[in-house]
Amino acid sequence: MLKIGIASGKGGTGKTTVATNLARVGRERVCYVDCDVEEPNGHLFLKPEISETLHVTVPVPRIDIPRCNFCGMCRDVCRFNALAVLFKSVLVFDELCHSCGGCALVCPFGAIQEEPREIGIVEKGKSNGIFFLGGRLNVGEAMAPPLIRAVKREIPRKELVLIDASPGTSCPVITALQEVDYCLLVTEPTPFGLHDLRLAVEMVRKISIPFGVVINRDGIGNADTEHYCSAENIPVLMRIPDDRRIAEAYSRGEMIVDTLPEIKSKFTDLLGKLLDCKESLSPVSGPERGLYQR
Amino acid sequence: MKIVITSRGEDLNAEVDPRFGRAQYFILFETDDDSFSVLDNKQNLNAQQGVGIQAAQQIINAGAAGLITGNCGPKAFQVLSAASIPVYLEGKGTVKETIEAFKAGTMSPSNAANKDGHWV
Amino acid sequence: MTKYKKELTIISGKGGTGKTTLAAAFASLAERAVIADCDVDAANLHLILRPEIIEEHAYEGGFTAEIDTERCTLCGQCQSLCRFSAISDDMRIDPLLCEGCGVCMDRCPENAIRMTREICGRWFLSNTRFGPFVHARLGIAQDNSGKLVSQVRRRANEIAEEQDLELVLVDGAPGIGCPVISSVAGTDLVLVVTEPTQSGRHDLERVLELARHFKIKTAVCVNKSDLNEDMTAKIKTVCREKGAIFAGTIPYDPAVTEAMVAQKSLVENGESPGAVAIKNIWRTVLKILQ
Repeated sequence: MLKIGIASGKGGTGKTTVATNLARVGRERVCYVDCDVEEPNGHLFLKPEISETLHVTVPVPRIDIPRCNFCGMCRDVCRFNALAVLFKSVLVFDELCHSCGGCALVCPFGAIQEEPREIGIVEKGKSNGIFFLGGRLNVGEAMAPPLIRAVKREIPRKELVLIDASPGTSCPVITALQEVDYCLLVTEPTPFGLHDLRLAVEMVRKISIPFGVVINRDGIGNADTEHYCSAENIPVLMRIPDDRRIAEAYSRGEMIVDTLPEIKSKFTDLLGKLLDCKESLSPVSGPERGLYQR
Repeated sequence: MKIVITSRGEDLNAEVDPRFGRAQYFILFETDDDSFSVLDNKQNLNAQQGVGIQAAQQIINAGAAGLITGNCGPKAFQVLSAASIPVYLEGKGTVKETIEAFKAGTMSPSNAANKDGHWV
Repeated sequence: MTKYKKELTIISGKGGTGKTTLAAAFASLAERAVIADCDVDAANLHLILRPEIIEEHAYEGGFTAEIDTERCTLCGQCQSLCRFSAISDDMRIDPLLCEGCGVCMDRCPENAIRMTREICGRWFLSNTRFGPFVHARLGIAQDNSGKLVSQVRRRANEIAEEQDLELVLVDGAPGIGCPVISSVAGTDLVLVVTEPTQSGRHDLERVLELARHFKIKTAVCVNKSDLNEDMTAKIKTVCREKGAIFAGTIPYDPAVTEAMVAQKSLVENGESPGAVAIKNIWRTVLKILQ
């Protein structure tokens, strides 16, 4: 089982385009996982038939007031200020709670129970042979990582698992990329794109995941991105040209590998490269050849 | 009774701090004898989140019977209401001037927070 | 005479729709503004604004647990209690997974764990050709971006008061999670920059729900609108249905990338169709803010 993360520093570079179209050419061999739980888009292109919906909850404390002595130990132990203890009442601020369980453990009177609170859903389905898995965070929830972990727990055994991450380099992306074997960083060859690509490269190096780059909208901007990749010995695994037809197809929610055959062959090639190297991919440093990059 | 006024300085001539959670100081003014003490709020400036809650908790523990400030967020307001502490949002000018206005009875307690959550 | 300051936050839901391009253009057009880059995870505005840093501050995020290997007896209590899978079988804490809850420290029978706080980012106050600029850089793989966003906004609002400026212009982050929530709560107007695509519309609906949840006045503009006029029209309808103000459209404009390469805002780069459209939207936004 090969797990590939698709990430980027900058938003809107084409992560979902790359992930869904790769899934499309891989078909039954693939599980597509939408870990951009704040703004999931994979389903717009893969249009899966959803067979199961899981409601994901996190535990939050509930105080049994008759047992409570208002000693304040739960409040003292909470590092997130999610509890306020008053003379005869206790307030719980669910939105600040990180569900660590510390308060329930510390209460000397056994007055705290943890109860589930829903934060979002996980959907499972099928799309032309592809196993589809996607998370959707409830609007107003601040924290994505607990839902991302819940989505990833549902990943079945498949030859190729494609994990579509959210943009950026902070905790939701790190959570999505945990235990991934290889990462594709999707970028655009513009100053903003390059600036954020450098951040993304720092990120995958920090978590020791081998990676390669996909350049989308190749032709715009300048050559700085290509120079950067070659100076850093970073393999550029695919280039998608800047083509208005691609943008228009994307805008309509179409799969570009279906609409444009010349693009399909690029994705088939990329799929081949990824599957061929799976035996020799290691999560720490590998030789600087082919797909590897320290 | 003890009234808490959010302050930018450590004495009654200081300017009222319009913020509650991230106020620099809390002046605890005893209306019975006009004495006062000062609580430094620096520890709150470093808190990750729930700063308003922490501040509310702090003044409750200090025996506050009322709070005068400029702005108060929903969580802090919730905590203070649960502890039956009236919140006056008309604090302005110096601490001294605000206390005088309060004593003159020109202030009325607010019945809601006036800032949204997560406010700066 | 003090004019009461207003705050405008530009967000997008979907990434890559043109928030920063718009924010830079607005910064050029605004007369008495302080600018804040609240996309602290992948900040780009400074690439156009070319700031001269005058103040730099360290940012301390949350806590991380650390195990003292001398005292540790490998009993495994901490690992069994950790809800974030941050402790490995050989009792090492992964700082990227640790949420700083302190449960391990509180429960360790050997008192072998302590909580530390590290500098995990920096924030800056700078001068730019458009005025004061507050921005930040969150360390790689860090959390607590919401807190850093709050810090940036707070300082920007303070500057506006200190220097008697009329507008706080905030460039926000993509998504709807904690950095976005911290950018929009309490602002006077949210401007959503979207694109005429299925993804753009889908993500716009979620962002509008977020704005409604926080009861914030919202306007929407469609960038690259000529890419799919049908979808632009659909987005106009979504705005009407959800009570958001439709603020205008911007055609796809290759000058956007040219300006970016030249480190200029679009409106500094001539009267391209995009620049003209943005100026119109700016005028509309100013009216809404009054």
